[in-house]
Amino acid sequence: MKKAFPILAVLTATFLGYAFYLAMFVAPTDALQGDVYRIIYYHVPSAWTAFLLFFINFIASIQFLANAKPSTARAAKWIVIVIGILGFVAPFIPQVKQSLPTGMYPSSVATTAVIIVGVYFLVGKYFPGQNLDILALTAAEVGVVFCTIVLITGPIWARPVWGIWWAPGDIRLTSTLVLWLIYVSYLVMRRFSDSAQTQKLAAVLAVFGALDVPLVYFSIWFFRTQHPQPVIGGGGSIDPRMLHVLLLSWMAFLCFAFLICWTRFRLEKLRREVEEAEALESLLESGGAAESSARAKIPLSRGPR
Amino acid sequence: MNSFWSITLATLAKDIRLEWRSKDALNAMLFFSLLVVVIFVFSFDPLAEESRHIVGGLVWVAFLFAAVVALNQTWARELRNQVLDAYRVSPAPATGLFIAKALGNFILVSLLEALMAPLFVIFYNLHVLGPAWQLIPVALLGTWALVVNGTFFAAMSIRTRSRELMLPLLLFPVSIPAVIAMVAATTSILTGDASAHFYIVLLLTYDVVFTTACLGLFGTVLQAE
Amino acid sequence: MIEANISPGAPLVSVSNLVKQFGRFAALRGVTAEFDSGQFHVILGDNGAGKTTLLRVLAGLANPTRGEVSILNKNPREACREIGYMAHPSLLYDEMSGMENLRYFARLYDISGDERCREVIRAVRLDPELSRPVGQYSQGMRQRMSLARAILHDPKILLLDEPFSNVDVHSARDMVGLLKGMRDAGKTIFVVTHQSALLEGVADEFIWMQAGQILDRTRDLSPLARAEQP
Repeated sequence: MKKAFPILAVLTATFLGYAFYLAMFVAPTDALQGDVYRIIYYHVPSAWTAFLLFFINFIASIQFLANAKPSTARAAKWIVIVIGILGFVAPFIPQVKQSLPTGMYPSSVATTAVIIVGVYFLVGKYFPGQNLDILALTAAEVGVVFCTIVLITGPIWARPVWGIWWAPGDIRLTSTLVLWLIYVSYLVMRRFSDSAQTQKLAAVLAVFGALDVPLVYFSIWFFRTQHPQPVIGGGGSIDPRMLHVLLLSWMAFLCFAFLICWTRFRLEKLRREVEEAEALESLLESGGAAESSARAKIPLSRGPR
Repeated sequence: MNSFWSITLATLAKDIRLEWRSKDALNAMLFFSLLVVVIFVFSFDPLAEESRHIVGGLVWVAFLFAAVVALNQTWARELRNQVLDAYRVSPAPATGLFIAKALGNFILVSLLEALMAPLFVIFYNLHVLGPAWQLIPVALLGTWALVVNGTFFAAMSIRTRSRELMLPLLLFPVSIPAVIAMVAATTSILTGDASAHFYIVLLLTYDVVFTTACLGLFGTVLQAE
Repeated sequence: MIEANISPGAPLVSVSNLVKQFGRFAALRGVTAEFDSGQFHVILGDNGAGKTTLLRVLAGLANPTRGEVSILNKNPREACREIGYMAHPSLLYDEMSGMENLRYFARLYDISGDERCREVIRAVRLDPELSRPVGQYSQGMRQRMSLARAILHDPKILLLDEPFSNVDVHSARDMVGLLKGMRDAGKTIFVVTHQSALLEGVADEFIWMQAGQILDRTRDLSPLARAEQP
């Protein structure tokens, strides 16, 4: 896996370069906004990537809390499955379909439900134990970076197009700001915490943050209906050629995000292994007790691979 | 169940008794609240035409600052002499302790608000153009929203450095939807421009969601070393 | 309110391969031991030996990094009604009187009425009617009141961390007498202290800890150990 990294890095760089070329030169100029709109190819993919990463953090945090006891772990798995089934079936029932807000298609709700279940079980399978917490941390950190990009490119885009840096009622930008604030506070809390249970406390905070997001959305949504605001990012249908470039741009961003997350993950994993090895050494120092079995589990030096 | 409420009420009674005995902290908080109002009065011209539109925001920001001061001392008495250990070692349920502390904070912050609100009315010559009675559920639900999460995050901050800074740092982002709702509701009631109904429902939802989350997760926070 | 004896000899408390790490520092390095019921154990050792950490793990206040703790065949949190804990901080509210403090803690243990509170306060040779807030007590009085709080709910197991520190000799002897009586009545007592001389002749066992491990368990203070004590 490690050998693949340089190759993937080169591929990703190429992909990003290609996406840039498409964004700047191939995509057609917008009828209304001119060339300024091209920032969308950085703004929107960053947003989608950030949301995906925060979503992964949320799933990892919930699992981390649930896995504290076998009974809660099992209960959580069943709840997720139920959510998946309900979320997949319910939107197609006529009564439910009618009560969906405009813009939310039944198929997207169904897909989201399936994705939730899928991500939950994938994360559970490939990131056991401590790795779950490392994944949560990594996703939060990289997510904050991409979220920062969204918050910077948003106003840069808004200013020439609408003459304002920020629209308080813009639901997407404001929700993104709150999400950014929540996750920055998450990272600060992790850094400042002296507790032995920092990981659990951070997971608790992530849950609070996740509960908050829909409430933020609704509060701003209603506020906006009372105070109509320009919608940064443009509503309405999008030219298929632009959509094509947008999606490709997003793919490139995802590859890039994946590489960064992978690097950060490995770094954190190594850091923790070093810490454990040091603690283990201090444990064995004064001719300690039956720790030889523990010694076998943690290689104190990495042999040739 | 009986013993749960008896423990909760005993804890609340104990906190009120202790707060009453050393009125220093309480008096200082009251004075701080007064100062906040005065600063706002000097910073935002009360005679301006638009004052009615912004007072909703001013009032709740002032309440928020006063609340943070009150919330920061939630666990101060339990940390002195490590009394919290005595609680952790006992069979008393964590949720009972949480509710008692949250209720205590609710009473304290309401007291501060009861001082500040009339001052705002006086300084800003407020007439309520909308249904004034609706201000009561807004105040109750809004205060509970701040207090329930504030008590929870105050407990989380116990095990961090820069404890007094950590509390508002964690509280503010999560409170944003509640603050939007409180401010918008208050403004619509004061100006009579729109119905506050949606915001009151939103505040109620917020309170239910986060009270449940706090009750469910407080045990984890309390038992963290 | 004296409980019937548990058959002496059955291990009441056992720890196995107990490891407690604080970051890079290992406070407990693989402690394995069993402790019988109805015995008075004294834990001795240098500062940093892990005595306080061991007591806190037994009380359920610290979670082991690795290893098992079993108290009455349950984990410490589940056995909390049977555990009484006392530490160097008083675990009492400074602004309330002794009686008020105990009344509150009695509520936490579902004990109703003042009688029990008065009983334990008298047992530690303090005056239940004293209305002075605990913050104004002398150190010795505070330690005794803290002990009263620990024994309030008549626990089977007492975990006392430095109960005699800064306590005058007279009060300390009273406390030892009280503890002896409780051991005779069937309680299991663990005391961490630097003042082992006080407990000579009373304690059933002396446990020597160093660098996060138990070095030795002796029936009495050997001459060698006695020489090391201050």
